[in-house]
Amino acid sequence: MVQWGCAMTHDARRDAALALHRFGLGPRPGLIAAIASDPRGALLAELERPGAGRIDDPELPTSAAASRAAFEARAARQAQRIVAQRAEKEAERLKAERDAMGDKAAQTDDVPKPALAPQADPGPTIERQMFLREVRARLDAALVAEIGFAERLVWFWSNHFCVSTDTVPNMVGGYEREAIRPHILGRFADMLLAVEGHPAMLVYLNNSVSIGPNSVAGVNRTRGLNENLAREILELHTLGVRSGYTQDDVTRFACVLTGWTVISPNNNPEHGAEFIFNPRLHEPGPQRVIDKTYADTGVEQGRAVLADLARHPAVAVHVAGKLARHFVADEPRPELIERLARIFRDTDGDLKETAKGLITSEEAWAPEQGKLKRPCEWSVAMIRAAATRGDPERFVRGLVLLGEPLWSPSAPKGFADDEATWIDGVGQRLDIANNLAQRLADRIDPLELIETALGPLASNETRQAVARAESCQQALALVFMSPEFQRR
Amino acid sequence: MSSLIHLPTRRDALVGSGALFAWAFAPKLARAEGRDPRVLVIVLRGALDGLAMVAPVGDPDWVSLRGDKALLIDGKTPALPLDSFFALNPAMPNLHRLYQAQQATIVHATASPYRERSHFDGQDVLESGFAKAGARDSGWLNRALSLLETDGRVNPRGSRGRAFALGPVTPLVVRGSAPIMTWVPQQLLPAGQDTQMRLLELYRHTDPKLARALEGRRDLVALTQGGGMDTLTPPREVEPTATGIARVRRYFADAGGAAAKYLAQPDGPRVGALGFVGWDTHINEGAVGGALAGLLGALDEAIAAIEKGMGDVWNETVVAVVTEFGRTARINGTDGTDHGTATVAVLAGGALHGGRVIADWPGLKAANLYEGRDLKPTIDLRAVLKGVLKDHLRLDERALATRVFPGSGEVQPMAGLLA
Repeated sequence: MVQWGCAMTHDARRDAALALHRFGLGPRPGLIAAIASDPRGALLAELERPGAGRIDDPELPTSAAASRAAFEARAARQAQRIVAQRAEKEAERLKAERDAMGDKAAQTDDVPKPALAPQADPGPTIERQMFLREVRARLDAALVAEIGFAERLVWFWSNHFCVSTDTVPNMVGGYEREAIRPHILGRFADMLLAVEGHPAMLVYLNNSVSIGPNSVAGVNRTRGLNENLAREILELHTLGVRSGYTQDDVTRFACVLTGWTVISPNNNPEHGAEFIFNPRLHEPGPQRVIDKTYADTGVEQGRAVLADLARHPAVAVHVAGKLARHFVADEPRPELIERLARIFRDTDGDLKETAKGLITSEEAWAPEQGKLKRPCEWSVAMIRAAATRGDPERFVRGLVLLGEPLWSPSAPKGFADDEATWIDGVGQRLDIANNLAQRLADRIDPLELIETALGPLASNETRQAVARAESCQQALALVFMSPEFQRR
Repeated sequence: MSSLIHLPTRRDALVGSGALFAWAFAPKLARAEGRDPRVLVIVLRGALDGLAMVAPVGDPDWVSLRGDKALLIDGKTPALPLDSFFALNPAMPNLHRLYQAQQATIVHATASPYRERSHFDGQDVLESGFAKAGARDSGWLNRALSLLETDGRVNPRGSRGRAFALGPVTPLVVRGSAPIMTWVPQQLLPAGQDTQMRLLELYRHTDPKLARALEGRRDLVALTQGGGMDTLTPPREVEPTATGIARVRRYFADAGGAAAKYLAQPDGPRVGALGFVGWDTHINEGAVGGALAGLLGALDEAIAAIEKGMGDVWNETVVAVVTEFGRTARINGTDGTDHGTATVAVLAGGALHGGRVIADWPGLKAANLYEGRDLKPTIDLRAVLKGVLKDHLRLDERALATRVFPGSGEVQPMAGLLA
């Protein structure tokens, strides 16, 4: 009887630890015990929390405001450079004049200093400061979350609809807060509309400069269509590759989206970098996309296509497959994908219900930790287990070394979600774990860290390796590197 | 209408995230024959505009197709003549020099068997060696290495049977059963040997896959320290002040040079791959003096760095530069090109019978374009790669058709590529 009771407790604690690693961002001290009474219930409750997934920080600028600020800062820096160059030239001219007049004394005392000499160290640019504030906010959201399931959903969708610091360096944080976070527990159709109409996406995938060949602007100028956004919406964001759409669908859809662009910050300090539909760029006439003809209703034409795309049956399968792959296994069982796809379809793309479907599926609770954590998940799990606050700059540098630079995937497909992509970075993870362990060694007990971070998941081998470690630093590094902490 | 938001400079993303290389050990492949061949594959991710790199200046439809974006022999920045029909982008003087020395071959209007326009499926087909896209867990280069192993020419145990990767993410072309070692430019104090050995011991008892990955790093360190590799310097840190294309040039050249130095080692790897991103030129392509010219220049310097790093064994080397597909024949509405079909492949190396452009030219009239928009493919890229693997690595033709490029029996290896 007693033994039976113990077994139950052990299983519940195991599920709690699994929930934290698999669906969340890893345990913080005491959390495994705190949710052990009902791990599934704790996950569901996190989705019901008011404002789940959102970051409400009035200090953070909107993506448009950040872009305008960056624009102003660049312009000011350029002006400053020009003024400095002028002053330098003026000083040279004066010096040459005085030399010519033979006024040697002037060289020692009276030479005017350039008005704006180059400063020693201007410190990080406004752009860099804004970026690091966004990183701080995202890291904080991950650290304060109890389990972090909602935050993981944010990361998932942000990667699904990725943009890149490479193209929109001042918008990435704002984009995620504006287009992704409000919709992770809402409807797919709403997120799709928010994403594809967001200036960050319109610039990232070139739609902001795409012009209908027969539009007023297209006729007057020689520029025209760019099909990048239309293709990636079909291939990556909605239907999925090899789902039956044609090149003609891509081209027609690109025509539909002409006019979806961004206000230039150059002469609009109020609304620069915000979305605008510019009818002058819009390809006139009806367009046939995926077997349906859409009348030319201006911006509504694109909204209508996106609304239909969101409800296309292929989307349910595409999204369900990606969710199952991300949270459960590289090769998820078809039953799980079908179940999630059915929920997605039956609820008209309700993402909260789909997320719930994930945690109420038995397949999602397999005891084996089969998925290798991605670098960002693993990095945040270390910081949470260590109960520190993390340093944005160090965090960002670490992710670059691990091949998952924050908000900077090398292509619009986003970062990959399979073990083969990431496993060869394990040597690099060891260096980073070792580095962090060095900073933590004087204040964290490795045996406590095992209980905090792994608890019932810790294997005898891991416990033994940690117990026999030659130093506290080595022991901490071994916990962070243990298979039970690398996998989820 | 112009958007003054920071416009795409995808090339900026290269540094620290995009460029990768990997290679496989296959030492002493052909020692009995007195040869010790090397193969390095460079994958250009994002789809290279082959017409912008190697222009068909002799085609009567060329100028009308590309207008003022057409490379010309007598242009303001004249293209470098290759033969009476083709000319090379002027950003690539090193490749031109190698071509003239018969150490470079261009294959034009070539494509993998992939005929859609998704980068990611296209790279999948290009790197996996399978005719169709789909979840694949191995690449053709890795399977080629496995063949050498089963032939008894490579010891599958120990570091020589390994593939090597720079960067934490391994390109598909070298993934597979031959294990991989990873090298990342070191910016952190590395964990000590003892910690690494203890972790490896733990993995061996609990997680063989992680063990295999970590062994790759151990073997690499051993090679670097014990195998005469102490002269190898890791890629230099790019100065923080360098921006844009300067950083890209530095990164390409460093990656190429480092790869070559490993390949040149007497006991080093013999087969490998290296990937560069940034070729998806949808907007303001800039084949002359612009973005693409900068990238091509960086690639050109990488090739020169490989040649230099190889030293004497350049004569036993073939470098193959490939991309997932080409781009639209015409310029799109934003002075760029969209996803297309056929493109160029480049072979460089002292082992080649080079100085030739190999093409079955399909023409550029609208009726000759694939689906009315892309350069039509007339040479299967697999024929080129099979030709190199057959004549340079001496791989069996039947195995090439079944295991390295499954289902490619009807695609004959191209003959006569090697000197």
